[in-house]
Formats: sequence, C-alpha cells, structure tokens
Amino acid sequence: MALYHNAPMAHSQEPTAAPIEHRFNPYSDNGGSILAISGKDFSVIAGDTRQSEGYNIQTRYARKVWQLTDKAVLATNGFAADGNNFVKRVKQRLEWYEHAHHKPMGLKSIARMIQTMLYGKRFFPYYVYNILGGIEEDGSGAVYSFDPVGSYEREACRAAGAAQSLIQPFLDNQIYFKNQQPEPGSQPFIPGNLPLATVLSLVVDSFTSATERHIEVGDGMEIYIVMNKGRTTDDLLGEGKLQKGMQIEELGALGEGSGERTFLVRQALKRD
Amino acid sequence: MWKQPSPANSSFNEFNTFPLPQTQRGQSSHAHHGPVGHTQQPLVTGTSVLGLKYEGGVMIAADNLASYGSLARFRDIQRLHPLGKHTLLGVAGDMSDFQWLKKELDALLREEDALALTDSHPSLSPKNIYELLSNLFYARRSKMNPVWNAVLVGGWDKVKQESFLAYVDLLGTTYTAPTLATGFGAHLAQPLLREAYEAKAGIDGNGPLLTKEEAEKVLEDCMKVLFYRDARSLNKYQIATITSEGVSISDSKSADTYWKFAEGLRGYGAQTQ
Repeated sequence: MALYHNAPMAHSQEPTAAPIEHRFNPYSDNGGSILAISGKDFSVIAGDTRQSEGYNIQTRYARKVWQLTDKAVLATNGFAADGNNFVKRVKQRLEWYEHAHHKPMGLKSIARMIQTMLYGKRFFPYYVYNILGGIEEDGSGAVYSFDPVGSYEREACRAAGAAQSLIQPFLDNQIYFKNQQPEPGSQPFIPGNLPLATVLSLVVDSFTSATERHIEVGDGMEIYIVMNKGRTTDDLLGEGKLQKGMQIEELGALGEGSGERTFLVRQALKRD
Repeated sequence: MWKQPSPANSSFNEFNTFPLPQTQRGQSSHAHHGPVGHTQQPLVTGTSVLGLKYEGGVMIAADNLASYGSLARFRDIQRLHPLGKHTLLGVAGDMSDFQWLKKELDALLREEDALALTDSHPSLSPKNIYELLSNLFYARRSKMNPVWNAVLVGGWDKVKQESFLAYVDLLGTTYTAPTLATGFGAHLAQPLLREAYEAKAGIDGNGPLLTKEEAEKVLEDCMKVLFYRDARSLNKYQIATITSEGVSISDSKSADTYWKFAEGLRGYGAQTQ
C-alpha cells in the first residue's frame, strides 16, 4: 500500500550512525480475497476463509463475509483485526438505527454510513477493503465497493484483496464483457443481468483459480446469496443446481423479515 | 446508590481522596511535558506457546524461560496462568505486560467470584475472557500503546461441552484453530501439531481426536524441536490441560535430548582439535 509505505529516504538526508528507531506498526496484512457480483434481482457476496500473516497460515477458517440485515451482506478484507472491529461497529450502528426508526437500514444508507465511518478514521484508517452487496429498495441486486478511507461507488461487480489483480480482469471480461464483441445483429451486452447459475460458477472459478495462483487464498469459501422477495429459488435449490461438494443453508430472517432470502453456500478450496 | 454530583472544581471527593486524581480536561495547568511514553519494545520476553485440542480438552505448553535479549535471564518463570476453573492463558512476549495482565484479570475474576456468591451470576466463560482480551488488545494497539504479548486462551466451554482454543496478540489480531502456536512455534511446531491432529481427526476435524497421551507426546516432541532450534527457548517447560474437570498445570519437565552427533561436527574455522 503506497499510502503507508515509508518513502525511501534520499541519500542526502539519510541519518548517519543514528540509533535504529523501532516504531510500533499497528497494521498487518492478513491476506485472503473477497468478491461480489450483482444480478437483476439477487446479489452474490463471497470470500475465502484463510487468514494468514506472511508465509504463515494463522487459521483455515476465519470469517470475512457478514450478514448485516435481511438484504445486506458485507465482505471485509485487509487487516483482520480492523475488519472484525469495523463490522462490530457497523452492526452496532444498524441496531441503533433500528431502535430509532423501527425499520432496518436500507442498502444505500448502509453504504453511505460505511463511507462516513471509514472517513471518520481518515487519519488512522481502518486498513480494510469493504464490499457491500444486497438488495436495493427498488428490488435490484446491488454491489457497493469501498477503499479504506471511504471512497465508494455502486458497481455490477468487484473483487478485492490479495487476489484482486487475478480476479478483477476475469470479472471485467465476464461481467462487463470487456474485449468481447456481440455477434452481428444480436442485442448489445448489458452488465448485471446474468442468471444466478452463471454468476455462481464465475464466483467458484474465480476462487479456485486464485487458489491455484495465490498463496494467500485457499482453504474454504463462503458464498452469500441475497435474493429479492418473490424471486424463484429453483435456480439455486433445484435438483442438481449446486456443484459437487457444496453445502447450502438458508439464513433465517434477522428481524421480522420482508421477504428477501439469504443463502449461504460453503465449498472447500485447496489447502496447499 | 447514585452519588451526589460533585462541584465542578472541588479538590476532594466523597472519599476524601487526596490529591484528587487529575484528569486531562482541556484547561489542566500542569499537563504532561511532551508526548506520553509507551511500551515501544518488549524487554524481558517469553518465547513460543503451543496449544492443541485433544479428546475431552485442550493442552497448552510453554517453557519456563524469560529472556533479556539473548540472555537467559529468568529460568523459572511460569507462563501458564489459570483464570478461574475452566480457562488458562499461555503468554508469550513481554513479561512485565504479562504480569500487568495477570493482575488486571485476577482482579476482575475476584470481582466476578464475589458476584457469583450472592447471585445467580454466571462465571466468565473462556469465550468471555477471549472477547475481553481481544477488545483490550485492540483498544491498546489503537492507542499506539500495545500490550506486547501473544496469548493463547485455552478453556472448556461448560455450556457447549467442548474445548476452546484461541489466539490474541498485540495488534488485536484474533483467530481460533484446533492447533495453535505463537512466535517461533508457528514456524517449527505448528506443522507438526497440524500433522498429528489431522492424522486422526482428518482435515475437517470430524474424526476422533488425539488421546491425552498422544497429545502430550506430540507437545513434548514439539517442545524438544523448539529447544533444539529456538535459541531463546529452554528445555524446562510445563504443560497445562483444561478439561471439564478444570485446569491442571504440570510440574516443570525436560525433554530427553541427544547431543552425541555434536561430537563429530567440525565447523568451518581452523581445526584446532
């Protein structure tokens, strides 16, 4: 991260024979990768479960993706301690909001809140890349991505973390149809309209490929699928829709529930 | 009951504490001179701590050495600290921060025990203590005044009837796993622990766990490897077991080491003998 690197000192100002000062570095990088893709009436948010520091695997199961409300899921990546504590604070703010307004916070409001919370620590930032996915008030699937100090935008898809540079170009090609040409006479491509089955296999392929080529990615994968109310679940729960080795569970409504449904799919990744 | 509000600038409080502890609230006349000093580096340190889940509990091992740099300064220090009936800390890193931590946590537990006597007050579970340590370590790192330790929390969860093993360090980094190791142990012992654990339990941990005897053997092997290769370790260590029965910490023991091969070793320098 260019932000926190001590710029190499010019030779002229290099101190000579001064004692080496050891300053406490409050940050670390815990590897891993996250990704989210939105569809017309669903959103998929995924992350691997490895937590590492340098060449050490700290644990093969640490959570990076969090269900916030019935229609919002947040993925965090970067410095795990900051990530966990940031999510804790976001959940606390969401609870306060619900007490004050007797309704859960909407997705775009959560996105704006996350921006102010991140920017609030602009001068001692949370070293965390956030991706928020879920269902917007109009029922569309949405993905918001953030940088550590709060810049954010709504997108059709986003990858972040250790394998961002491996996954994002793949997504640019498959989701945004970059470097693709529609067949002569056919409709132009519109990003964000792929069927769930296609999106799921893109997510799985992204992570299995990143696992092959990046040492900080692997062990396991958690995929959250948020569906708009009234949407069919046949393309997820139907016979033979899930790939081999996948386990699925439905996460019950957090509050009174307003019809949106959230599913969690787990799959093992290679451990080497 | 609720206290009377005290006058804004009174110089004594209701307990006649003198001098009144001064808090820095804006206009304080004799503030600190210069920046607040913090622990910027560990001084007297303990090395690796190992942790392993086994059938019916969890085992934690640490040696008895507190080093002062490369000097083996204190060779009879206990780095395993029980907290209540079903929790134990294994602490690496700065030993004065460890002593402070012990003092704070023991005080808290005394308070909790007193409450438990009069009320249906549940005692602190290993999970509670872990959460507390996580918050404490993260708060202190955020003040740029870290508690310079890496801690393994081992315990027995009475409600879930299962063992508990977790890690917290000076950055506030936290994680749980069936086998854990701090410092050099993360490089040297963790692979051996994982190999032994997965040989029986399988990679998903669903198979049978190691027996108490097997777990103890693995930990002893690991402590021996660490003694051979970690220059800040000591061949005098303790193993604690935490089960539904409670915490028990072994007497200090040594691993059998073999140095005969050293006789035949010759260095690169002049061969004078």
